[in-house]
Amino acid sequence: MNAPNKSGWKPEMQVAESGFLGGPVTSTGNRGLMLEEPLLFEIGRADVTGVDLPEIDAGAPTRLGGLERAASIGLVGLTEPETVRHFTRLSRQNYGIDLGFFPLGSCTMKHNPRLNEKMARLPGFADIHPLQPVGTVQGALEVINELAHWLITLTGMHGVAMSPKAGAHGELCGMLCIRAALEARGDKRDVVLVPESAHGTNPATAAFAGFRVEDIPATPEGRVDVAALKARLGPDVAAVMITNPNTCGLFEKDFREMADAVHAAGGFVYCDGANFNAIVGKVRPGDLGVDAMHINLHKTFSTPHGGGGPGSGPVVLSEALAPFGPMPFTARTADGVVHLVEEESAAEFGHTQAFGRMTAFHGQMGMFTRALTYILSHGADGLKQVAEDAVLNANYILRSMEDILHAPFAASGPCMHEALFGDKDFTNGLSTLDVAKGLIDEGYHPMTVYFPLVVHGAMLVEPTETESKAAIDQFITAFRGVVERALEGDEALKQAPYYSPRRRLDETGAARKPKLAYEG
Amino acid sequence: MRYLPLTDTDRQAMLAKIGASAIDDLFVDVPEVARLDGPIHGLPMHASEMAVERHMKKLAAKNLVAGEVPFFLGAGAYRHHVPASVDTIIQRGEFLTAYTPYQPEIAQGTLQMLFEFQTQVARLYGCAVANASLYDGSTACWEAVAMATRVTKRKRAVLSGALHPHYAEVVKTMAHYTGDEIADALPSITADPELTGLIGRIDEDTACVVVQYPDILGRIADLTPVAEAAHAKGALLVVVNTEPVALGAIKSPGEMGADIVVGEGQSLGVGLQFGGPYLGLFAVRDPKHVRQMPGRLCGETTDAEGKRGFVLTLSTREQHIRREKATSNICTNSGLCALAFTVHMTLLGEKGLRELAAENHRLACLAADRLAKVPGVEVLNNGFFNEFTLMLGGRPARETIRDLAERGVLGGVSLGRLYPGVAALEHALLVAVTETTTEEDIERLAEELEASIKETV
Repeated sequence: MNAPNKSGWKPEMQVAESGFLGGPVTSTGNRGLMLEEPLLFEIGRADVTGVDLPEIDAGAPTRLGGLERAASIGLVGLTEPETVRHFTRLSRQNYGIDLGFFPLGSCTMKHNPRLNEKMARLPGFADIHPLQPVGTVQGALEVINELAHWLITLTGMHGVAMSPKAGAHGELCGMLCIRAALEARGDKRDVVLVPESAHGTNPATAAFAGFRVEDIPATPEGRVDVAALKARLGPDVAAVMITNPNTCGLFEKDFREMADAVHAAGGFVYCDGANFNAIVGKVRPGDLGVDAMHINLHKTFSTPHGGGGPGSGPVVLSEALAPFGPMPFTARTADGVVHLVEEESAAEFGHTQAFGRMTAFHGQMGMFTRALTYILSHGADGLKQVAEDAVLNANYILRSMEDILHAPFAASGPCMHEALFGDKDFTNGLSTLDVAKGLIDEGYHPMTVYFPLVVHGAMLVEPTETESKAAIDQFITAFRGVVERALEGDEALKQAPYYSPRRRLDETGAARKPKLAYEG
Repeated sequence: MRYLPLTDTDRQAMLAKIGASAIDDLFVDVPEVARLDGPIHGLPMHASEMAVERHMKKLAAKNLVAGEVPFFLGAGAYRHHVPASVDTIIQRGEFLTAYTPYQPEIAQGTLQMLFEFQTQVARLYGCAVANASLYDGSTACWEAVAMATRVTKRKRAVLSGALHPHYAEVVKTMAHYTGDEIADALPSITADPELTGLIGRIDEDTACVVVQYPDILGRIADLTPVAEAAHAKGALLVVVNTEPVALGAIKSPGEMGADIVVGEGQSLGVGLQFGGPYLGLFAVRDPKHVRQMPGRLCGETTDAEGKRGFVLTLSTREQHIRREKATSNICTNSGLCALAFTVHMTLLGEKGLRELAAENHRLACLAADRLAKVPGVEVLNNGFFNEFTLMLGGRPARETIRDLAERGVLGGVSLGRLYPGVAALEHALLVAVTETTTEEDIERLAEELEASIKETV
């Protein structure tokens, strides 16, 4: 919209370094289709609304207990055309999978099928209340039950807790099942072993669940050090949390051996299932000795990431842990009725040891409908193909880059769904960050950077299965180009990106004097 | 397979480049015991868009859609009209298919939206700073308790009896494992919230007192005395709000001295969705508490050319940096629901939110008056916003609810379902009224309720 530009850009600013050499300076700050957009609070008005509602009858009696909100709230509104334009213009400053290749390792940015969106919006799913009488929501409970069946079958596990709201919430659910199981047998062990390469959520979750966290090292080939793990096992170790395939993109080939050792020592095995998409339909974690594993429906089963959620993190459980799963859950009886088992009916369904409740209602229904739609579309054969193509694409990138880019575990054998690189050969002080920013100028969302922590300047590239060979070849060409510049010490890379809506942002300044809300 | 672009020719060429003869060469690290010989048995094969749609529609048709009948359910999830443009915007691929803004140069859309969201939530709650969202109201409630224990270095939380029982259950579940002590109670069945008893339970070991506003029975009370009592003992006041629209009519928790305000944001933009995904809101009144907050925070900064821009900030609180010392384990939050909330709130603005709140309250007053005329029905509340409690004659409220559903009316939430085994609440029915409720709906509920009660007397 044509409101005053308050973004800080001034026409007299030099753009010589911005990559628009020779182009004219514009009075709006816009650059053709690259449009500046003020903050809502700079363009909205307190007396404007985009919703037609009855005017307030000031004389109408109220029963608000004398607590009327007299002072201004400080909100502003826009009409519908202004609202649509404001957010559409903002959207254009974002990169999304729909725009291009998004190889953010460990996050699994695959195409989000639009049928999933359409199904989630059917009024029969979108417009029902979680506390309606269960007789009026049988279809919804069937969705949960059907998805649960798929998840149990695909993982070869005994049960599943559907209510966790995202991956980290699922981790918490699994770890609380372990706490409950230990408590039930009067076992006070409280140490959880977490590999150095684990997602930050693993140690945070274990600590949040009241455990003490200890690191276990990785081997030079990028896997958990089995000997170190075994040496640390003992009567104080409650569980291990292992990501498989791991965050170095490798399958933990000794997983079964580790799981057996942990079980023999009286502990439980938590598997971080963030990377289940690499093996879905090919390998069942239940065959590897897993006791609990969360599944990120927004990764493996392609519910949209939405700029940071919502996710959904059902947790599959072994026979040993399933009795401790939280409330509520669904159960189908012989008469075909699907029940919502809550605190009061738990005994009736033989589930008396639940560790409690993780959330107010039954979980991320909107994500369940999308994930089930995705699963039914792919079927057992399509899901297997998903894993195979994801792994094929990642290995193709690994082998197309390893001649010029340090690939620390390239000799460890094939990778799974993601390829890991490091920045040790870059010159002139250039680092992974510079390559990432250089890729932005090339029109790509960068890979995951500086994770996992076990590799210096880590670059974790996850192509997923929904990219064509042409798209991947094009990326490899661009990636090689930027890497070559980093190897040669191209100074210009330190200022990248040049062509994005914003140049490098001052993150240190943001943290030093936090400005977290609009003032004015 | 319509979602998989590789052809067999591509696959062969890629395997050749890799130096593998077959795809299974790439899975050599999978131990023999775990290898499968083909697609997992007992599951169907892939299906067309049409076939999947048919299956899903069949399941959807088995549910009674809230919008098709007179509908009065609330208890933490409210049915409001969501303007059409909200869904249009959240379906834009640049928002829908983006991720957490780890690369701020190409995520300013999400980041600026989060900054606007944080500002809207902070102002609605009467607070200084709000975060970029948590999973839902119930998990935000536990995060508030956990934060209060960090701030005060005390381990006891006092829960109001009129806190949503599912929220209380989430808090108690977590506290059991963190070693925190939770003092909870049942709701007093009185016309106004009973604050004296609650205040009496606050002591020198109390980290926080948690109060819902409006409470689970729909009642509202000035919480200033609770804030003063808590502060006198060095404790924090946590206020939980499950209906943000109410704050367009009644004082904000911040104005009454709440230190942490959390709640459910589902009412604006998100829809019912059978309970999720929803939107956890989290704010603090005093900026000094910012560094103890859970979850993501978006902050303003400048770029290398001096232009204003936004980034995720203060991430040294978070799991990906602090690992086991983080303030929370949360990673993915409710970004797209936050966008829906922000778009809806932008459309409303202050004027629209106040009008929406007034309309909800007007209809709720109408409904309370009409239902009070039904023989055998009493309205418990003195004050309320858009939800109130009825005490019913005849059979327990849960049975009445089921009977009403058979008569084509979704009549409310029975408190017996929320408080199983509590005899005093067996006949209590929670009724919510929003702008989507018509006067005909209210009349219909009154008539069917009367008929249903008569049948049992």
